[in-house]
Amino acid sequence: MGKVTGFLEFGRVEEPHEPTEARKKHYREFYLRLSDEAAGVQGARCMDCGVPFCMSGCPVNNIIPDWNDLVYRQDWKTAIEVLHSTNNFPEFTGRICPAPCEEACVLRINEDPVGIKSIEHAIIDKAWEEGWVRPLPAAHRTGKKVAVVGSGPAGLACAQQLARAGHDVTVFEKSDRIGGLLRYGIPDFKLEKGVIDRRLDQMRAEGVKFRAAVFVGVRSPAGGVGSDARENISPDQLKMDFDAIVLAAGAEQPPEAAGLDRLARRFELIRLELLVDRDRRFVHQAGSGCQRSTASAIARVWTSD
Amino acid sequence: MSLDAQGLYHPSHEHDACGVGFVAHIKGKKSHGIVEQGLTVLRNLTHRGAVGWDPKLSDGAGLLIQVPDRFLREEMARLGVRLPPAGQYGVGMVFLPRDPASRIACEYEIERAIKEEGQVLLGWRDVPVDNSDLAEPARRIEPVIRQVFIGRGRGITVTDALERKLYIIRKSSGHAIQALRLQHGKEFYVPSMSARTLCYKGMLLAYQVGEYYLDLKDARVESALALVHQRFSTNTFPSWDLAHPFRMICHNGEINTVRGNVNWIRARQGAISSPILGADLHKIWPLIYAGQSDSASFDNALELLVMGGYSVAHAVMMMIPEAWENHTLMDPARRAFYEYHAAMMEPWDGPASIAFTDGRQIGATLDRNGLRPSRYIVTADDLVIMGSECGCLPVPEERIVKKWRLQPGKMFLVDLEKGRIIDDKELKDSLASARPYAEWIERIRVKLDEVESDKSTPIKSKVRLLDRQQAFAYTQEELKLIMQPMAAAGEEPVGSMGNDSPLAVLSNKDKTLYHYFKQLFAQVTNPAIDPIREELVMSLVSFIGPKPNLLGIDELNPPLRLEVSQPVLDFYEMEKVRHIERYTSGKFKAFELDITYPAAWGKAAVEARLASLAAQAEDAVRSGYSIIIISDRQVDRERVAIPALLAVSAIHQHLVGKGLRTSSGLVVETGSAREVHHFALLGGYGAEAVHPYLALETILSFHGQDRPAASKAVKSYVKGIGKGLKKVMSKMGISTYMSYTGSQIFEAVGLARSLVDKYFTGTTSNVEGIDVFDVAEEAIRVHRAAFDEDDPVLKTMLDAGGEYAWRVRGEEHAWTPEAIAKLQHSARANSYATYKEYAAIINDQSLRHMTFRGLFDFRFERCKPVPLDEVEPAAAIVKRFSTGAMSLGSISTEAHTTLAIAMNRIGGKSNTGEGGEDRRRYAPIKAGESLQSRLGKTRVEVEIRLREGDSLKSKIKQVASGRFGVTTEYLASAEMLQIKIAQGAKPGEGGQLPGRKVSEYIAELRYSTPGVELISPPPHHDIYSIEDLAQLIHDLKNSNPQALVSVKLVSEVGVGTVAAGVAKGKSDHVTIAGHDGGTGASPWSSIKHAGTPWELGLAETQQTLVLNRLRGRIAVQVDGQMKTGRDVVVGAILGADEFGFATAPLVVEGCIMMRKCHLNTCPVGIATQDPQLRRKFEGKPEHVVNYFFFVAEEVRELMAQLGVRRLDELIGRTELLDMKKGVEHWKAKGLDFSRIFAMPSVPAEVARFHCETQDHGLEKALDNRLIELAQPALERGEKVIIETPIRNINRTVGTMLSHEIAKRYGHDGLPEDTIHIRFAGSAGQSFGAFLARGVVLDLVGDTNDYCGKGLSGGRISVQPSPKFRGEPSENIITGNVVLYGAIAGEAYFRGVAGERFAVRNSGARAVVEGVGDHGCEYMTGGAVVVLGTTGRNFAAGMSGGFAYVLDVDGEFARRCNPSMVDLEPLVPESEDEASVKRLIENHARYTNSKRASQVLEKWSEYRARFVKIFPKEYRRALAEMAGQKRAAA
Repeated sequence: MGKVTGFLEFGRVEEPHEPTEARKKHYREFYLRLSDEAAGVQGARCMDCGVPFCMSGCPVNNIIPDWNDLVYRQDWKTAIEVLHSTNNFPEFTGRICPAPCEEACVLRINEDPVGIKSIEHAIIDKAWEEGWVRPLPAAHRTGKKVAVVGSGPAGLACAQQLARAGHDVTVFEKSDRIGGLLRYGIPDFKLEKGVIDRRLDQMRAEGVKFRAAVFVGVRSPAGGVGSDARENISPDQLKMDFDAIVLAAGAEQPPEAAGLDRLARRFELIRLELLVDRDRRFVHQAGSGCQRSTASAIARVWTSD
Repeated sequence: MSLDAQGLYHPSHEHDACGVGFVAHIKGKKSHGIVEQGLTVLRNLTHRGAVGWDPKLSDGAGLLIQVPDRFLREEMARLGVRLPPAGQYGVGMVFLPRDPASRIACEYEIERAIKEEGQVLLGWRDVPVDNSDLAEPARRIEPVIRQVFIGRGRGITVTDALERKLYIIRKSSGHAIQALRLQHGKEFYVPSMSARTLCYKGMLLAYQVGEYYLDLKDARVESALALVHQRFSTNTFPSWDLAHPFRMICHNGEINTVRGNVNWIRARQGAISSPILGADLHKIWPLIYAGQSDSASFDNALELLVMGGYSVAHAVMMMIPEAWENHTLMDPARRAFYEYHAAMMEPWDGPASIAFTDGRQIGATLDRNGLRPSRYIVTADDLVIMGSECGCLPVPEERIVKKWRLQPGKMFLVDLEKGRIIDDKELKDSLASARPYAEWIERIRVKLDEVESDKSTPIKSKVRLLDRQQAFAYTQEELKLIMQPMAAAGEEPVGSMGNDSPLAVLSNKDKTLYHYFKQLFAQVTNPAIDPIREELVMSLVSFIGPKPNLLGIDELNPPLRLEVSQPVLDFYEMEKVRHIERYTSGKFKAFELDITYPAAWGKAAVEARLASLAAQAEDAVRSGYSIIIISDRQVDRERVAIPALLAVSAIHQHLVGKGLRTSSGLVVETGSAREVHHFALLGGYGAEAVHPYLALETILSFHGQDRPAASKAVKSYVKGIGKGLKKVMSKMGISTYMSYTGSQIFEAVGLARSLVDKYFTGTTSNVEGIDVFDVAEEAIRVHRAAFDEDDPVLKTMLDAGGEYAWRVRGEEHAWTPEAIAKLQHSARANSYATYKEYAAIINDQSLRHMTFRGLFDFRFERCKPVPLDEVEPAAAIVKRFSTGAMSLGSISTEAHTTLAIAMNRIGGKSNTGEGGEDRRRYAPIKAGESLQSRLGKTRVEVEIRLREGDSLKSKIKQVASGRFGVTTEYLASAEMLQIKIAQGAKPGEGGQLPGRKVSEYIAELRYSTPGVELISPPPHHDIYSIEDLAQLIHDLKNSNPQALVSVKLVSEVGVGTVAAGVAKGKSDHVTIAGHDGGTGASPWSSIKHAGTPWELGLAETQQTLVLNRLRGRIAVQVDGQMKTGRDVVVGAILGADEFGFATAPLVVEGCIMMRKCHLNTCPVGIATQDPQLRRKFEGKPEHVVNYFFFVAEEVRELMAQLGVRRLDELIGRTELLDMKKGVEHWKAKGLDFSRIFAMPSVPAEVARFHCETQDHGLEKALDNRLIELAQPALERGEKVIIETPIRNINRTVGTMLSHEIAKRYGHDGLPEDTIHIRFAGSAGQSFGAFLARGVVLDLVGDTNDYCGKGLSGGRISVQPSPKFRGEPSENIITGNVVLYGAIAGEAYFRGVAGERFAVRNSGARAVVEGVGDHGCEYMTGGAVVVLGTTGRNFAAGMSGGFAYVLDVDGEFARRCNPSMVDLEPLVPESEDEASVKRLIENHARYTNSKRASQVLEKWSEYRARFVKIFPKEYRRALAEMAGQKRAAA
């Protein structure tokens, strides 16, 4: 339950980051994770509320008070187990989630909230470092085949759970790399792509098959939606080949701006053509919460030359 | 003859308590005078009884005397019957049905039985009565009363043999008449049938006994003894047979374990044999009829023992043993006596003063904790007079040679044949040395923990720990919140706020069977025990295996017995039990019953499996197995475990029914038991010991390879469970595990009657619910989830939980983040629309089942709506609202005053909670004042703006067991005085405010020392029974005649009957709180598992009060998780006039349900005293006002829809409710609320809501005259001297006078000795209660219980009459619980006081010449000098003040409880010495004490023998304060 009086004794500590001058020069992540001690202190600030608003604020309902406490106690191994019980990819959320949990944190009523996201970040990075994130192949195979269409975070999480349950899972992606928004929507200085790759390796070891550059559909994608598809598979074919199909394609196209209020707009899914190694051209589609990322990325492209 | 069960009312819940007494001539000289004196005692105890709605409708009274041979002989001679010589005939007093045919049938059965037993019918006599003065309802069912005379037959030579035959005749004719099943058969009853005693009793008022029975007026009716009893029952239903005395006893108190005791008697049937009764024994069964009162059951059992050959004293010692288990000072032979008999019979546990007689001896005994008063005197002319009070038979002082009291566990016996008094020591020494008990014990006792074993490692299951944990529904939360803390600290963890998660039957989660049972607890009719401070009476000793023959008085070769010091077995102990034949040379054998079965068989298999298990158990017992091990160790993927609780209870009940239960022991080996509640249930339903293998393995797993740490953790966990068990037992007032075993002190909520009646026979379950197959279904669901390979989350870890703290996808909670947010937003923004959104979240339980009321539907279709504007205004409705009792201490000054301001603005009531109130809050607010300006800048962290006319005063002043700050001024400032009997979150438990929370301000309000822990005892030490409560109500009414008195109860089965008793005890108001109410700190198991929802308790209260025609005179309030207007309307419909809210207004103030109140770290400044946190408080009175008006508005809207204009019209209208249609939930659909919705059928004129007032009888108080005479002092401060005689019927003297002083002069009162009153005689109870400064009560005589309670500055001195011949320092002068909660003042007693002298004293100074047990218990301040011996457990829980004991025999240290105090010498020339000396000088001056003069004369010699008792914490706090002072200087 954290330290009983922790929130009275310790202040919030932000994750350290590289100096602006240094980080302008590269694409690598510049937010550094908290040290074990610092994360422990941050965990100590958690009040273990009877009604943890953070948990209802969290879109994946992470059991935040429990792993806060475990980190306070430096029981990192259990912490990652608890974290993984609600979240397949804490290394993504621990880096790029806007942290509505911290908005909801009870401590925020009259203090700085607990640095929940930084703790999550620390837990998963440490877990990778320590080699605790291992493939968990299913003990029994069910013999059932499942197709997951779309390799964004939702499709990947779904695929991982299905594979661990013993199903034979194939993920289809029309782009030429797996990861969806993670890979194409977020710049490296926020989420280095190696972070995605190591997770994909784990999934492969758990038996997930990935098929990139495959478009599922009869016609090609609608205008404005990027696709690298070299192959088309018809839905009928998919239905024949698989026992079940998961559609996790994402919205991709911005919904008509007209019928949307501001709040909904923040959650629009945007695909940014940001792969620097292509032709150094980027297209910024639709204005939204990603503007800052985009602007920062543009700046980097220019300065790294 | 009482009313039949209906709705939620059940006659088995009735309680009674009373006044009891006897008069006897030691030499056995018979006279009519004794009979008359007996009747006088009865009349003088009238105030200990009660009357019903008709002032002449008594609860019953009676008199038992020796057979008046001369009178009966002459009377029978007139009828032509010649009686044989005395002792050769018996006389039966018989109540017969009025229906002539039924009467004749009954008489014929008696005559048949007489013939059958070979005795001679001599004749019948009509007992002449005068019923002209009887109340109409009593007369309506008045029986025909006749006496039957029975002569001895052939072969019967001695009276004892005749007595046994009469016993058999009574029993067998009674069974025969029961078997006739006559409609009027229930009217048949035999008050007595004996050659020695005769009982006259009935539904009579005390004074009516002698008027009704004309025999008693006849001078020829002579007896050497008269045993009398006046009953105070919780009901008002006419019943003639419930009056005492019974055939052998009168009883004041209550047997808490009666259900278990009665079961155990039944359980022995097959194993019992009697060398004396022989073949006649089988004619007595059933010994105890179902539904008999506890006293009647006790009488039946005692009679069996006496008829079986034990002397009456021996038998009483077996049934009510002293607390021998932890008694280090007890004589070894006596200890052995008790230990030997302990295996034969479990104690009949509970507060009890029992007077008993067999016609030759008369005596009395007291329960082990001394919870009832019993005083006696011996006169020079050989009379012994014993009674609940002294002075109940006025005797000239010069004739009295000894005044004493019964002491805890002690017995007092007058042998009329030997012509002398046999005192406790002589009596018990002779019984204890009659046989070589110590030697026997040594030979036959096997102590399991001392058995040398080879420590064979227990068999390890092949199934993974995690899977097995899941198979028993363990959660991460339980591991973290419950088990780890217990394994670390050896104590149950504490939580706060209430329980807002659903009952098991409403939960969508799969629950264990344990969740369906709620712990029962003592309230009002019996006291809870303090298992910590009074640990010396508690015992966890358990005997596993066959019990010896109860009637084996000629036992030459007693059987072996296996003893464990506590019932939780670790791995090694379990292995010893499993292989017990190795350690007992084959005398004991264990049989293992596997309660798992193939999961594939499904739920349908459970019933047949249980039947097979029961049959297997029966066969095992019959073939000589002495221990049955009920085990679920075999659980694995394929095999599911039947819930161990179900299995153990089914097997226990089966063996009880077969009369085989005492031939074998039951040990449960289960993975399911892990928290205290589970162990309590297993024990309560029959397990003598429990091995929680999985819990222990789980604890081992916390420690990995660290073996020493792991074994320490196991020890600590077992210790923690033991402590918790003591707590659970003690909250019901049960002190030994042996009497707890099988006592079924639980109520089932959500189980079908079919299930309960079959497997948990005798347990209450009022709303139906799941049946045995559903129980199996739930177990299978849990099992399936445990071994489900496909659940990725549960594969590596336990379910997160969510029962204790909210979790997404965890257990539901009413307070969701959204509900909290909406409520706060609505109140702050004054938005009714947002409030409605909040209310919708709470009210709409169509998908989320949270509460019973959520499953109720209004029957709008039956109603004609009325326009909203015709419904009474919200401003009228909010006046019915009050806020909960939250003390300043549990919440901050800011939070506390905000509630008070808000409630005063709307005309509702706020509640002080326990802990006094700042007198600066009393006066109304003037323009320009603010909170800081009123209370002081340093005391308020957040300023609150006030308006002119605001008030900070709490209208309800609580009086809780700690009595902190309860001064006469505090009482005088109240509009309502609330006696908190229980609190929903921890009924039956005490509390403590840790030293770090006792700030300087709180210490000031509570008259204690900053930084010193404050303990609230579990019981009010002046309420051990219903007539004590009536006395406290009377005291409080005297302390403030304008204030209403309220009693707060918690919902449990039987609460309605208690409420009826409360109404008869003259309370103006009663609160029924739900089990889910909030708390600042309480053990989690109590928050979750004690008490029931208010829907049940409130409905039962309404039904019982209406049935008793008492509803009109008492207002009923409901509280417990009241959140919305819908809750209020449901409450009104079920019978509430008023409504209490606590958690919701706190949420409005900013509470976000952190549930950290007990840690003082509330981040929103509510439940904390930390100034840094209090600064964060953002609540405003306006918000609270808004909230209550929203609630009222919602109430109005519902009223309009229901077609009701005034709330009064809604009260009790249960026809407006129905169970929600289409409840599809698989568990909830079995519920049946028809008993909740039942309405008693009574005439229309019987009130259904509060519309009358109580008659408190204050006009009869002596104080009216004292006030009149004291006018010059009250008006002008002139000195006044008053002289008056006093009697025991003058109760609470000086209190109303003190109220007059407090009203005018506040706590400061008048100058010392302004009003000096001299009394002579025996003062009634509560003499000088709440006595204000300036009053001196100077008494020559003696006093009863509660003298000087709440002393508020006055002075009391008591000395014996100069005519009294006894040595004052060796005679009793004042009763029990003297100076309870005294605040200031002085008291001097020239003589010895009873038990619990100066309990919870916080400032009074007193001198006394000897005290009973538990002296200075819980004391927090003041000084007590004892010039004589003390009882045991002196200074238990004493955290402040000083005591000085003159250690007469050098043994004081052994009688003192040293856990919180240091003992030191009285240092010469010290401040201490001076103050002690000053007190003793005062004592000598005010009471003429010779003892004091003696001590003073040889001061230097005596000084060395004084022991100073210095509380450790107090020493630390004083040193700190001194340090601060130095630093400041």
